[in-house]
Amino acid sequence: MYVAVKGGERAIENAHRLLAHARRGDPAVPELALEQIKEQLTLAVDRVMNEGSLYDRDLAALAIRQARGDLIEAIFLLRAFRATLPRFGTSVPVDTAGMAITRRISAAFKDLPGGQVLGPTFDYTHRLLEPEGGSDAAGEPATAPASADEMPRVTDLLASDDLIEPSASSEAAERPAGDLTRDPLSFPAERDLRLQNLARGDEGFVLALGYSTQRGYGRNHPFAGEIRLGDVAVEFFAEEIGFAVPLGHITLTECQMVNQFRGTATEPPRFTRGYGLGFGHCERKAMAMALVDRALRARELGEELRAPAQDEEFVLSHSDNVQATGFVEHLKLPHYVDFQAELGLVRRLRAEFEEAAAERARQAAQEAAE
Amino acid sequence: MSAPIYNFAYLDEQTKRMIRRAILKAVAIPGYQVPFASREMPMPYGWGTGGVQVTAAILGPDDVLKVIDQGADDTTNAVSIRKFFVKTAGVRTTTRTRDATVIQTRHRIPETALAAHQIIVFQVPIPEPLRFLEPRDTETRRMHALADYGIMHVKLYEDIARHGHIATSYAYPVKVDGRYVMDPSPTPKFDNPKMSDCPALQLFGAGREKRIYAIPPWTRVVSLDFEDHPFERYRFDATCALCGATDSFLDEVVTDDRGGRMFVCSDTDYCERRRADGEAA
Repeated sequence: MYVAVKGGERAIENAHRLLAHARRGDPAVPELALEQIKEQLTLAVDRVMNEGSLYDRDLAALAIRQARGDLIEAIFLLRAFRATLPRFGTSVPVDTAGMAITRRISAAFKDLPGGQVLGPTFDYTHRLLEPEGGSDAAGEPATAPASADEMPRVTDLLASDDLIEPSASSEAAERPAGDLTRDPLSFPAERDLRLQNLARGDEGFVLALGYSTQRGYGRNHPFAGEIRLGDVAVEFFAEEIGFAVPLGHITLTECQMVNQFRGTATEPPRFTRGYGLGFGHCERKAMAMALVDRALRARELGEELRAPAQDEEFVLSHSDNVQATGFVEHLKLPHYVDFQAELGLVRRLRAEFEEAAAERARQAAQEAAE
Repeated sequence: MSAPIYNFAYLDEQTKRMIRRAILKAVAIPGYQVPFASREMPMPYGWGTGGVQVTAAILGPDDVLKVIDQGADDTTNAVSIRKFFVKTAGVRTTTRTRDATVIQTRHRIPETALAAHQIIVFQVPIPEPLRFLEPRDTETRRMHALADYGIMHVKLYEDIARHGHIATSYAYPVKVDGRYVMDPSPTPKFDNPKMSDCPALQLFGAGREKRIYAIPPWTRVVSLDFEDHPFERYRFDATCALCGATDSFLDEVVTDDRGGRMFVCSDTDYCERRRADGEAA
């Protein structure tokens, strides 16, 4: 007899209960404290804040724990919460030139005003597993007196010689930046929306696209002009009192790629820019973002459009991992009726195929007999 | 961290107003895909976020909601979406097609004819009927603007040349009010004729793709075809093993590993009503 193949309310409730148990794991092991995630899985927290488009370390840590460490699921949790938040306004643009620097390196100049500051980086570690937990062996923190030197951005140094294109024009800066979470993205998209899309985009996807430009699919000859990590002040212009009030500090990673450009009939030869910016410490993402940003400027700079990373519709339509995971995984939802309709079609095509084969055999037999 | 308080039917009123504007535009231009600023919903993309946003925007406290997936009220995702609105809007729900004022659906149109006081909300994965022929939105938008549907006719023609008939069994393209070619969402083409001159308002929401479109009541909807290859409805030639219906779309249920099959109505409400009526008679 027909058994209920269709799920029900109880099945869902049981699944949720089972999930809660699986999430918790062995109850003999203490539950992860949010402080532990926030303090010790900082880069995971940073990634979730970035792609979740919400700067809140507490909520990101909560989301990571609730998602069992699945960062895309955590990003999704944060995004869904963010969508319900009222919007009071837009901050004054943050000034990364005035950043309180934790790390600042340039691959373009050996030395520069303010110097190179290595900061906390994996770059020169040997990737050997340390079972004793290198963390508890951290010992005394490395300290240095705060530098009083200015740390001008490398691109600003180049710009003073007109060797690099100017930063976005002042009228472009006057125009309020677009927001693809409030207005649907349409194509062609301006650079502000492209950058927002990339900042929210999946780190792996943006990384792979950036990598592809280095391997010749839309090569743009990049130099890591500068990567800086540190804290910037966020200010909000309050109409009521007529001046900008500080809201607090956030940690940002900024990457300015400097790319070759041979010039055109109307444009002098000079370097161009690719830009990456993200919450927290997110160097891989910021660098990849800068490569893809530059690749997506191909149309604007009159370059030939040939590679996936230069294809705005392709890149921007597929970068969002919450959308991507949803649509890929929705294939596990029931598709009974469509499959049934397809079965009908295949059966019909099969019947016609077999009829035709039988007809051919009959004709061949007839011809052989004649 | 204070517990967040959610608005009636989850979405805030500004968002609902934005969605309602898109719906009004969609109703004014039947079959035209209106872009809207789709929000992240607390269920994944692909699970019906577009339909959920449309339903959230039109739902009032007096509405009676029915949610189906594959025609059935008890599929897991239908249960989940129904519970979502019970929780966030506190609306009454029903499984009876006739009693519902708003029906959210995935992949089916109920067998029971819809009435003028009803709105049916479709969950749509890919709203662009031309997408698999032309992946670029900039191109397909131009084609719609110019009503340049040549590639779609060529595709259907090539089907006929290759297979002898049109090899599309679901998400079968339609033309709405003689103007826009529209994707009916992945409903089997069996349901296409129900969309034409339907007394109910039909709304389509695609969350991930950020599009809303509509078929106003009593609008002509024509499934694309050719004079010598007219549109054909498909239904497996069997009667429902539970209610004996000969006119409903059937689910095929595998009963054993020796090729055993049985066929039952995909529309569970329709099937149950028929059985109840049969017993009463």
